[in-house]
Parts: sequence; structure tokens; C-alpha cells
Amino acid sequence: MNRMEFRYLPMTEQDERDMLQTIGVESIENLLEDIPASLRETASLAAIGAPLPEVDLVRHMTKLAEKNVHTKSTPSFLGAGMYDHLSPSVMNHMLLRSEFYTAYTPYQPEISQGELQAMFEFQTMICELTGMDVANSSMYDGITSLAEATYLASAHTKKKRVVVSGAVHPEAKDVIRTYAGGPGLTVEYTDVNAGVTDLSDIDLTDASCLVVQYPNFYGRVEDLATLAKAAHEAGALFVVSSNPLALGILESPGALGADITVGDAQPFGIPQSFGGPSCGYFAVKKALMRKLPGRLVGQTVDEDGKRGFVLTLQAREQHIRRDKATSNICSNQALNALAASITMSALGKYGIRDMAVRNIQTAHYMKEALKTAGYAVVDEGPMFNEFVVDFGVDADHVSRHLLEAGIIGGLPLGSYETERKTQMLLCATELRTKEEIDLFVEVVGGMN
Amino acid sequence: MQHEQTLIFEVSRAGRTGYNLPTPTVPEVDLDTLLPASMIRQEAAELPEVSELDVVRHYTSLSTRNHGVDSGFYPLGSCTMKYNPKVNEDMARLPGFAHIHPLQPVESIQGALELMVDLQEQLAEITGMDEVTLQPAAGAHGEWTGLMLIKAFHHHNGDLGRTKVLVPDSAHGTNPASAVVAGFETVTVKSDERGLVDLEDLKSKVGADTAALMLTNPNTLGLFEADILEIAKVVHEAGGKLYYDGANSNAILGIARPGDMGFDVVHLNLHKTFTGPHGGGGPGSGPVGVKRDLIPYLPTPIARRAETGFTLDYDRPQSIGRIKPFYGNFGINVRAYSYIKTMGAEGLTRVSREAVLNANYMFARLKDAFDVPYDTFCKHEFVLSGKRQKALGVRTLDIAKRLLDFGYHPPTIYFPLNVEECIMVEPTETESKETLDAFCDAMLQIVKEAEENPEIVQTAPHTTVVKRLDETLAARKPVLKYERRQPSSIN
Repeated sequence: MNRMEFRYLPMTEQDERDMLQTIGVESIENLLEDIPASLRETASLAAIGAPLPEVDLVRHMTKLAEKNVHTKSTPSFLGAGMYDHLSPSVMNHMLLRSEFYTAYTPYQPEISQGELQAMFEFQTMICELTGMDVANSSMYDGITSLAEATYLASAHTKKKRVVVSGAVHPEAKDVIRTYAGGPGLTVEYTDVNAGVTDLSDIDLTDASCLVVQYPNFYGRVEDLATLAKAAHEAGALFVVSSNPLALGILESPGALGADITVGDAQPFGIPQSFGGPSCGYFAVKKALMRKLPGRLVGQTVDEDGKRGFVLTLQAREQHIRRDKATSNICSNQALNALAASITMSALGKYGIRDMAVRNIQTAHYMKEALKTAGYAVVDEGPMFNEFVVDFGVDADHVSRHLLEAGIIGGLPLGSYETERKTQMLLCATELRTKEEIDLFVEVVGGMN
Repeated sequence: MQHEQTLIFEVSRAGRTGYNLPTPTVPEVDLDTLLPASMIRQEAAELPEVSELDVVRHYTSLSTRNHGVDSGFYPLGSCTMKYNPKVNEDMARLPGFAHIHPLQPVESIQGALELMVDLQEQLAEITGMDEVTLQPAAGAHGEWTGLMLIKAFHHHNGDLGRTKVLVPDSAHGTNPASAVVAGFETVTVKSDERGLVDLEDLKSKVGADTAALMLTNPNTLGLFEADILEIAKVVHEAGGKLYYDGANSNAILGIARPGDMGFDVVHLNLHKTFTGPHGGGGPGSGPVGVKRDLIPYLPTPIARRAETGFTLDYDRPQSIGRIKPFYGNFGINVRAYSYIKTMGAEGLTRVSREAVLNANYMFARLKDAFDVPYDTFCKHEFVLSGKRQKALGVRTLDIAKRLLDFGYHPPTIYFPLNVEECIMVEPTETESKETLDAFCDAMLQIVKEAEENPEIVQTAPHTTVVKRLDETLAARKPVLKYERRQPSSIN
């Protein structure tokens, strides 16, 4: 392969000669002489293989992709923190405006007004949905955002004990526990009774925060007002992790007493992408504004008095605070925050509500269909688009049976909790049709 | 004068819509029968009411007010703003990658796991490490993960007194922040007159309380730590571990490997070195590679080869646990994988050699016009000091703002902190000589302006959609969201 066949590398042999001459050296090797020779000898990349031309690459990648069963051709009833929702065509088209995706953090506001304004609008939309006062411009994902919330709560209250509802996502429990190992926080879990958080056996005294999920991992809508009251009476902050789409119909955490609301904006048209990148959000009441992690965009004016936007309150951030920082987040999920903003704009005030209603109606239909077919719904109660069914047999087996029939089933809960081995967490979004749901019930019914 | 850009909320008109839902197939049920009244939202979230064309016009307009690599040269030091290949965007959007759920049965995600295992092995080869996790979401997340691994290693050995992490004064801000969030104290190591780690200062600070030294190599001055083998020896003999901040990996592909330098833990920024892209600030991806003795502590799960096909390994009793839901920023990892496959071993080696040549060429063209703190060959980036221009009343900030008028994104400025009026330039290998020359010409013209007509620099930019913005006002009276109109009911 001669040198111009690397289409991303513009340097010609003539360029190389001219540049070396300007520098005053013979070869590129002269520029690398400060690197110990022993290191040069072992720096082989042999295992990487030969370069692939574009057509070969696409062929290779397509072959790999086709080994996966995907939700564009197979109906999926999996949720559990990552959802199969509609994604308006307009979203992807706007996202591909490469002035957005080939930029970095808007440190030069004069040539980054587009990104900055989009983030300002994202912050506004998240505040609107959650009922909170201030939102940042995104975190990695909903679950690490929740873990960061435990840091904020502990730093704010100067207490090291974190109390987490037993009904939060099991992977959130894991991440919170790992994060706790940094600053040395202790984590305790509440009981779960009848599918929702049960505080009767937990002491919230000395807790920095009470963390709950809304709707919770099992799909149930928690009674936030009561939980908030308990947290506040004990002097703890009330932290809510919320599916933002559900907030189209559910009362906002802000209105029900949350001090911190976090979550993942993935339901707003962001592809599941095998679990990431999604889009964490982080919103607080005004009193906590100066303790928010991550980047914040604020409105200001330029020298002519014209409205403009800048990164602001940066004194909170790692690059200023360095070893005084309480969060180390730097890169965030700006592009996915943009994606979520575009979808939220397209849906608008009524669309978000209608889409949420359609979710609850579709899930309700599925729940009733399974009940009619004789399956038990576990801890039935107010829900959004997820619920738990007990199939009476190993749910892993049910899942594989469904896959053979061309359906991606729900999440077998035995992988997280052995005592729930026969239970499956099911999700039915606005994308699932009556026909697909009826087929699901029929396939499960024909298992024995 | 440019018009003032409207907010999407200001475009909103009651009754306008930009969406539709799929044709309903399940029966409509009254919401009141599904949820208790106390749980139903009372006050609408005031999202905009706009048509689809409104959405398109709005975001298209915003995009024209943003500078990306596709718009023009973006020599932002330590950020590696190289070209983001279009085919990678297509690959990440293949339905078999974009529309798979992380918790599907393992037999239905074999292609995704194969890609992850391949990528882990490629990154292990590139860095000279024994095992790689793809779970960290970004560089800072990788740093924190790496430090938690080191902490777990020391604790497992009963070595509880290793509470300190050494960080050079030229380090990225995330290094000390990550160390503190991982529960360590930081100790700053000085740079010497070469701009490299001061070995004597390091020796005086390393000891029985040292958990690790965090190092970027080449460092943030663009200089290779020539004493790296000695540095590694000093840290290892004291029982500490060596952490490699991979932000500057674009200088070393196929040239030198952190694993061979003696590093025990490495993170890479796939959005930098491996064409992520940067996304306006993210998402990134920050895989972490480790040497053999740290493998047991890696986050759960890890994608692995199985007897047939591929699987996820959850059986990791000594693991630090999960650090992110699911398996990392897979979509970014697909792009990086696509890039590595495109370049191959030969291409990757050329990437770094040409990045280094480009940087040295620009340095050669610019060094006489500025103060140069370290006049030596650099690697993929170099630093200048604007001290001489500052004496004329033109600050580095002014020079950066004046570059905007020439259509460039300025270099990183005022970093690293140990160089006065610092200007840190990283051209990358994807820029042509003509682009480098045009940028150097602009820099030299600005230097001349600083001498002859400083006002034009001091009052720059003159051509952007807004002029310099009042950051003090933004911080003093924070306006962090659009203040909505009167609330209205949706029910």
C-alpha cells in the first residue's frame, strides 16, 4: 500500500521532505531520539493486522452486526433501564450536523453558541420535566449520575451513610457500592414490600440521603411524598432517580419533595446501543446549585448587550478545583443531550404526555392479557411501562423459548435475585403492538 | 450586526406539534383508572410546541453557530481534534449495533461481544497491557477506575498505608480530582528545567505511603518523559504503582507502549486518539488496561472468548464491582474499532509519526515569534508562552480570540499551569501542510498586530456571531434555564 492510500492522512512525501527541512532534521526518527531504544524495539502492533479499505470494513462490520438480534426486526419486551422507543427521523438528521458532533467542550463561547444554547435548552427541558430548579448539561448515564448524587448528598450533609431503596436497579446498587469505596461512604438498603420501598426497618438518622427510583426497578410508581417526608424528618436529602418519559404523566419529583433528581434521557430517541452511550441528567433544588457536578451553561450578554451563553460556575469543576474537587467528571454526554433535546422539542408539551399515556396503556394491555392467560402479576399496583410476571418456571427458559420464536423477552430476574428465578420484568413501550403482545402470550402459553 | 438567535421556547406556538405516535392498536384506557389521582401530573412540563420544520430550522441554525473539526482547523492541545471518519458514524448506526439491548440472551448478542473482545485485545496490544476493560465512560472515569483498582490491589495485600497519589504539576486537572474522589491525598511533583518530572523531587516524595504516580507521557508540554524507565523503577521500588493518563496517546502508537515503559494501569480516550468523535463534550469512552497482577480487580463483567463464541464473565470475586451500568459506551467503542480496523498496524504507526512531524513543523515555524519555555523537539503537541506579547498589552486570551477572526478554533490556553500565558498547540496528523502553514501565517500576523496595532487583537473577535461574553455576569447572576411563561394545566 503506498502512502496516499490512507485516506485520513494527507501528508505527501514532498510535504514530509519540506517539513523536515524546515525543522532541520533528516528524518522523523530524529524527532523520536529521546525515547529509550528498548521501548522502540518492543512497540509492535503486529496483532492489529492489515488496514481495511472502506468496502472491506463495511463488509466486516455488517457481518458482525448481523450476528446480533436487534429490535428493528425483532419485537422486544426488555426494559430495565434501557428502552426501545420511537426516535423521530428528524433527530438523527439534526444530530448528524457535524458542527455539533465534531466539536469539543465549548470553551470558546464565541464560536460555540450553537452547542451552548442547545445545552441551555436541555437544562430548561430537564427542569420542566423534573420540577427541579437547576439541571446540568448531562452526566455519563442515569446510574453513575445517581452514584454522583450520593457524593453530593454526603458532601452537603457531611454524613457518610447512604440509604438506598431495595427497589432501585440492581446495577445501580452495584455502581453506588463501587463509588462509595472512593470517599469511604457506607451503603444500606431498605426492604421492599409489595413491590415498593419499605422504610419500616431502616433508621434514617445520620443518613446523608434516601435514594429511590421512580418508577422503581420492578416498574412500580413509588409514593414519593411519603418517602420525602421521612427523609426530610431525619435530616437526609431525598434523591430520586426518574425515567423522564414517565414524567409526562407522573407528578414531578420536584413537586413531591425531591432535593436531587437524576435519571437517563435515553428514552428520548437515543438508541439502546448495547447499553451506551445513553445520557444521564442531574437536577437539584436551588440551594444545591453550587454543588452540582459537571458542566453548566448560563445566559449572559456580549459587549454589545446581545444575549449569549457560556459555561458558568466553573469554580465547582475539577479543572479549577483539582484536588479540592468533589467530582472528577469532565467529558459528559453532550451529543446525546442534544439528541434528547431534539426529540423533546419534536414531542413538545403534548407529545411527551401522549407518548407516556400510550406506554402505560400498552403495558396495561399486556399485563391484562397475561393475567387472562393465567399468569400471576407480582406485586401489582400503579405502574408505568414495566411490570413483573411470575411464569412458574425458570424465566431464563421462557426467555430462550421466546427468542426461538422471534421475540426478545423481558428480563429474567433470577440473574439478580435467585429467589425471583421464575419472574420476568416485562416492558411494553409505545412501539409494541397488540399483535406482538398477543403473539408473546401465545408463545409463552405454548411452552409446555 | 448578526441577529439574536431565538430559543426553541420562543419559537413555540400553542397548538403546534412536531410528532406523531404509531397508530394505536391496544384499547384506550382512561388514565384515571390506571393511576391514583395523587400520582398524576398536575402541571404540564412546558416543552416547546413547534412543527417539525421549526425543529429543523432551529437546530440547523444552532449548528451554523458552532465550530467543529469539519468546519475548520481545531488545534486544541491535549484534546486530539482529528478528523472523525464518516464511515464510523454509519457503522455505529448499523441496526445490529445501535438497536440491541444489553440484557438480551447472550446467544443473541454474539457479534457485539466479539467486537468487544477484539477491541480489548487490540487496545491491549497497542498499550502493552495484559487485559482491558471497556466499561469506563470517559477519560476521567477511566482514571478513577484505575485508581480504584490500585487501591484494591494495595488493600488486598494488607498495604493500607498507601494513601497518597503523586501527580506532576503539569498534569490534567482530572488527575488530582480523580485521586481525591477515589479517596487518596495528592502530592504534587515538580517539573525540572527540561519540563520533565524532577527525578530528585520524585525520589524525595515517593515512599511507603505512595499508592501510585499518575503520569501523562508525552506530558502536557508535549515532551517525552525520557527518564520514564528510571521513574518506573523509583516508584516500583517504593511499592507504588504507575498510572498512565492516555490523553496524549496520539504521539506513541506503534512507537512506544506504556506497558513497556513500566506502567501498571493505562486509560485511553477513544474519543481523542481513536476518533470518537468528541460530540461537543461527549460521549467519550475511557477503556482501562492493566498488567497481570491487577486483572482480578477489574470491573464486572468482562467480555471474553468462551468455548464456543463469546460470553460475559461475572465470576470475579476480587473485582472492585461495577463502575457503570452495562458494558461501557459501546457506540463509541464501535467507532474506535472501525477506525483501528481501517488504519491497521501500518496506518496507526503513521498516525503518530505524522502527528509528531506536524507538531514539530509548526513549532519550528512559530518558536521565534514567541517565548519558548522548552526549546526542544516535541512529540504530538507543543507549548508557547505569550509573555512577550503580554508585555505589549496583548494577553494570550486576546491572541486566542483574534484567531477566531481567521476561522480557527484556538489552541488550549493557560494550560498547563506551569507555563505563563501558555498556548498549547496540537495539530494532529489529519491536517495538511497547507492548513498548518495558513494557521502559522495567522499566528505570525497576530504577533505583528500585537506589536503594531494591539487594539485589533485586544478587542477581538470582530467577525463572530457574538462578541466577548460577560462571564462574570453569568457567574454572579446565574440564569441557567429559560424562565417560562405562566404555568398551564394539561388535564
